[in-house]
Amino acid sequence: MSTGTLSRRDFLRAGGITGAALCLGFSFSSDGKEAKVIVAADADRQAIEMNAWIKIDADGKVTLVDHRAEMGQGSYQSVPQIIAEELEVDLKDIQVIFAQGDPKKYGGQITGGSSTVRDSYKKLLKLSATAREVLIAAAAAKWQVAATACYAQAGHVINRSSGKKFHYGELVAAASKLPAPQNIVLKKRSDYKLIGKPLHRKDTPLKTNGAAVFGLDKKLPGMLYAVVERNPRFRGKVKSFDAVAAKKVAGVKDVFTVKMEVFNTIREGVAVVATSTWAAMQGRKALKVVWDDSGFEHINIADIYTRQQQELKKEGISFKKQGDPDSALAQAANALDVVYQTPYQAHSAMEPLNCIAHYQKDKVEIWGPIQAPDWVQGNISQKFGVPIDNVRVNMTFLGGGFGRKAFLDYPYEATMISKHIGGPVQVVWSREDDTTQGPYRAGVSYRAQGAITNGEISAVKFRMAGQNIDHWSNPKRGVANDSTTEGFLAPYFASIKNISFADVPFEIPIPNMWWRSVYASTNGFAYESFMNELAHQAGKDPLAFRRVYLKDDRCQKLIDKMEEISGYKDRKKGDGFGVAITECFGTTVGQVVKVSRENGGKIKIDKVWAVVDCGWYVNPDIIQAQVEGSVLMALGAATMHEITFKEGVAEQQNFYNYPMPRINDMPQVIVHVIDNDADAGGVGEPGLPPFAPALTEAIFDLTGKRIRKLPFDMANV
Amino acid sequence: MINLNVNQKAYQVDADPNMPLLWVIRDIIGLTGTKYGCGVAQCGACTVHLNGEAVRSCVTRVSRAEGQKVVTIEGLSANNSHPAQVAWNEENVPQCGYCHSGQIMSAAVLLRENPDPSDEDIDAAMAGNICRCGTYLRIRKAIHLAAGLQRKENAS
Repeated sequence: MSTGTLSRRDFLRAGGITGAALCLGFSFSSDGKEAKVIVAADADRQAIEMNAWIKIDADGKVTLVDHRAEMGQGSYQSVPQIIAEELEVDLKDIQVIFAQGDPKKYGGQITGGSSTVRDSYKKLLKLSATAREVLIAAAAAKWQVAATACYAQAGHVINRSSGKKFHYGELVAAASKLPAPQNIVLKKRSDYKLIGKPLHRKDTPLKTNGAAVFGLDKKLPGMLYAVVERNPRFRGKVKSFDAVAAKKVAGVKDVFTVKMEVFNTIREGVAVVATSTWAAMQGRKALKVVWDDSGFEHINIADIYTRQQQELKKEGISFKKQGDPDSALAQAANALDVVYQTPYQAHSAMEPLNCIAHYQKDKVEIWGPIQAPDWVQGNISQKFGVPIDNVRVNMTFLGGGFGRKAFLDYPYEATMISKHIGGPVQVVWSREDDTTQGPYRAGVSYRAQGAITNGEISAVKFRMAGQNIDHWSNPKRGVANDSTTEGFLAPYFASIKNISFADVPFEIPIPNMWWRSVYASTNGFAYESFMNELAHQAGKDPLAFRRVYLKDDRCQKLIDKMEEISGYKDRKKGDGFGVAITECFGTTVGQVVKVSRENGGKIKIDKVWAVVDCGWYVNPDIIQAQVEGSVLMALGAATMHEITFKEGVAEQQNFYNYPMPRINDMPQVIVHVIDNDADAGGVGEPGLPPFAPALTEAIFDLTGKRIRKLPFDMANV
Repeated sequence: MINLNVNQKAYQVDADPNMPLLWVIRDIIGLTGTKYGCGVAQCGACTVHLNGEAVRSCVTRVSRAEGQKVVTIEGLSANNSHPAQVAWNEENVPQCGYCHSGQIMSAAVLLRENPDPSDEDIDAAMAGNICRCGTYLRIRKAIHLAAGLQRKENAS
């Protein structure tokens, strides 16, 4: 690992030290005189903040900050596991707290794009090593020996010759006044004691005895509960409502119209505020609301896909093109020209959306399951005219997120309701609200054209027609972006001479949103399915075919490993094996899926093998868990559920008509993590995209039937 | 007033008798380990024990629990020491963790009724509990481990 990746200036900025402190080096204070003494959110003793992530109190108690959301993907473990390595503390001796939204201090906090580790590990290693070195320097000064005569271990600095030791708490005040040590040498990967090890997550005990506080579990004194009957159409307003019966429900305190911003449009609803969640829900049932959804397109799902596929006849807006695929296609004898279709999907985190807001004129405090506390802070500040430093956004544990909880609508709505009632309120979304109101992963249609000439790919031409998330927030519509190529392996471009990607603009007023692995989750199905189809067209084995077109060394090793662990080479044609490889967020994952027919004729998944190349990594057990979970989420999206619309209203409400995979649906998943020294990639999402194309290829291998439309029913193939 | 016994503690709650036990436990008694997931007995996140049986508290009216024994995840053991809890920790089962109170409460009944469940037994007993993160492989592994721990406990 290189040591010179972070400049001194970056280090100071990363550590949250700005302005005057800059010239004073590593004196963690804001005024340059005394160490800044803070009270850690969950610690009752005063602690010195060595930097934004590390707090140490006089007794040596170390508190590390998780600046990102914990939604299952493991930041509550991975961030401290990185810091503890270079800080030289034992993970059992530290406590972890969540940061509030504070981008000046932590940089970006949006937990998305599988970015927590890859965005911050170099910075965290450097600031943790620097904190350790300054503690060593403080000890050395006390003993009047050279720093090299001391070393750090398990929260102590030890004098090599005398064996005497100080715990960090005895050093932190002195250390905070010392200049930042220079030329910090980071550990070699081979010397890591914590990083790279499958350590148990520190949040597990809290999640087995009910102690973990999720958004819905947070309670404030005097807090009321609210539910909102929102217009079932995505841009609708309230025409009128009758709250007489609702107000008669015991516990109901108030009923009023509330609006919620969904991107740049307004969705209205009627809020029912009560003394308990149940009372609010009962009041809502008694409400009578007349909606005004004039001007909103009452669109049906079949029309959406029909229109998309009509649009795919157009060339669209080119995003990437090399060579001349059109000429090559025109010259080809047996060009393929096929359409793939992927469905709208709800996020369906187990914890439905919820948020607490307490609006108090010049300040607002928010608590909730929030993926982007910094964005929420900025948005509330701007929309409610409250100075940004007076907006405090607290993250709880998230009962799943998958992209939905990075959105700003639900904290905004909670703040509107708190402002109206003049006190703290928890807004609770029902499962039905969570399922019916989006934003969703967009349903997308793809047209794939390609040709094999003399056994080789002579042309590939991809077009996608689906709602583009970026167009909601970016008025510059008509500009293609990398959504079009997400998931597609870059090394293909080195070996496929004639290839193009285009986005055929398709806009309808259904809000859409990131969903685990974003466009890679739909692109991956289309593009990797097509690679399999081209392989068959060329008369080649799909994995051997990829070897030819993915010449990059890391891909070759990934393919080696896929073959090795799955027994792929020994398989016979028709055994039911399928493969796919995708790349997103800096990580490449290849999967092999094996299917067979049960006695009753139904197809079952025998096993899934996943090979992950994510470069430098923190915790292989978390990677394994993320891939297991990604495979299951992909299985649900490919074979069990989709959101459809009738006259502009989502048709699914709850798990009875948006069914989830259950324990008996879970296939065996074998995960292999490749070891190399490349930069870290993401882990939470990249395991998802290759599953569907590998599964449908396995079904093709077994049955000869090509599936190009998701979801499909495994029982009826 | 409704008399409840939750985790061996007596409570008198002032609640609509139709209010589901889930919301009484969470909003009135203040034990938040039991989760709301669907409200219609589809996901199992709200599973508690009523006289030792696993019930979906989101569809169990509080009046049904009057004078009965309710155990929630907080009362399953004193120190995370139930074999299922120990095994969940050993096998690193939870991801987001939201469903696992319910998963563990379902598993605890299975383990009591069937000291050595097969994979099929586990699938049958646990199919009512949804995990969106996809921790099912580990749940299965943890239940096997818990069964072993329990047998050892009973033998000593």
